[in-house]
Amino acid sequence: MTKKTLVETKLNGEVVEFLCEPRQSLLEVLRDELRLTGTKEGCLTGDCGACTVLVNGRSVCSCLMLGVEAAGAEIETVEGLAHGLELDPLQQKFLEEASLQCGICTPGVLMSAKALLARNPHPTEADVRYALAGNLCRCTGYDKIVRAVLEVAGQAR
Amino acid sequence: MHAITYDAPRSLEQALALLRQNGPAARVFCGGTDIIIQMRAGVRRPEHLIDAKGIPELRKLSFDAKKGLCLGAAVSCIEIFESALMRQHYPGLTEAAHLIGSLQIQARASVGGNLCNGSPAADSTPALIALGAVARIASARGERKVPVDQFVTAPGRTVLEPDELLVEVHVPAPVNHSADAYLRFIPRNEMDIAVVGVGAAVTLEGERCVAARIGLGAVAPTPLLADAASKALVGSKLDARAIERAAELAVSASSPIDDMRGTAEFRRHLVGVLTRRAVGLAVERARAC
Repeated sequence: MTKKTLVETKLNGEVVEFLCEPRQSLLEVLRDELRLTGTKEGCLTGDCGACTVLVNGRSVCSCLMLGVEAAGAEIETVEGLAHGLELDPLQQKFLEEASLQCGICTPGVLMSAKALLARNPHPTEADVRYALAGNLCRCTGYDKIVRAVLEVAGQAR
Repeated sequence: MHAITYDAPRSLEQALALLRQNGPAARVFCGGTDIIIQMRAGVRRPEHLIDAKGIPELRKLSFDAKKGLCLGAAVSCIEIFESALMRQHYPGLTEAAHLIGSLQIQARASVGGNLCNGSPAADSTPALIALGAVARIASARGERKVPVDQFVTAPGRTVLEPDELLVEVHVPAPVNHSADAYLRFIPRNEMDIAVVGVGAAVTLEGERCVAARIGLGAVAPTPLLADAASKALVGSKLDARAIERAAELAVSASSPIDDMRGTAEFRRHLVGVLTRRAVGLAVERARAC
């Protein structure tokens, strides 16, 4: 077995250390080493966006990043959205609008939407659809998702 | 995925020493959006990955009105299209960077990586070819420069020797009344690989075209410069007839294959359509600046 590397990173606001093999993706590290299973494995080719997390504020596919690359970075996952029992406005609105069915795509969609709203608090519908183009949903269709994101943006206004 | 070692050198010197030491067993990467998929699929099996994102020379994005653009190999697509200078001076290359995958991919993928991956369908390579970009390559033995239109030698293969690294691409400064454009055809709006991609750059003096380059993607084993098509535009007034002639010559330069994205016949048709449109868009932009 390959020697494991010690990696220090900031995860959902807290400094964490983990051991991983260089071949392990950030997705594998999150799910299998850190037991943060909110981030989902979909296609493993960067097409579906189910594994989307934020790295230094940018949405990325965690299946296409090595765990060792997280050294010194700030990582945000879906587990970091809620504060205790208080849901993030995006999570709350997704519930109200029924923007999910099976839920596999939802963590990734939420993180992409989070990244969008952080940079562009007042997106147009086209902005939202563009920002979510890398997140595939096979259940709800996209209208309910887009509506929820737009409503959260509207509330913030 | 097979076991690997990982290094993240902080200087070019360190990276070149690692490459000299590990040679063919090593692979340099930046965003990892190609190599990680290829390793998972067993298509490439490097033993050592060298993460080049931390090397200052590869992170540089600098523009000078006389010297042109130095685009470090690790600069991400997002950094490119968020740069006002890039959008202003190289709109075609910027569009190409903005078309690669999703935002998630664009946050990690670089134009340098797109080039080194050597795909015939790379979006940014025809745009670089149209601009006359030159790759600066380094190794512990020294440096050399290779025009981007000669960089990719076969699908997935490039001129890079095992100990070499792409440092940056240099793009000449735009002169007055010059502009570029990149267009691709995919069957949907976002998130697909080019069926055909065409980059075009033109320079005008008055109404006359004094320089033109057309780069083609996904229609040959490598991205290519449509040389005869480019030359057919030079000296013309870029009227419909001249552009039509260039489009015909671009079709002749292409040698596409049938695959799941489209038939060779359809691709040849697209080369004509996209060449007309990309040249037309570049001309429109050149007239406006």
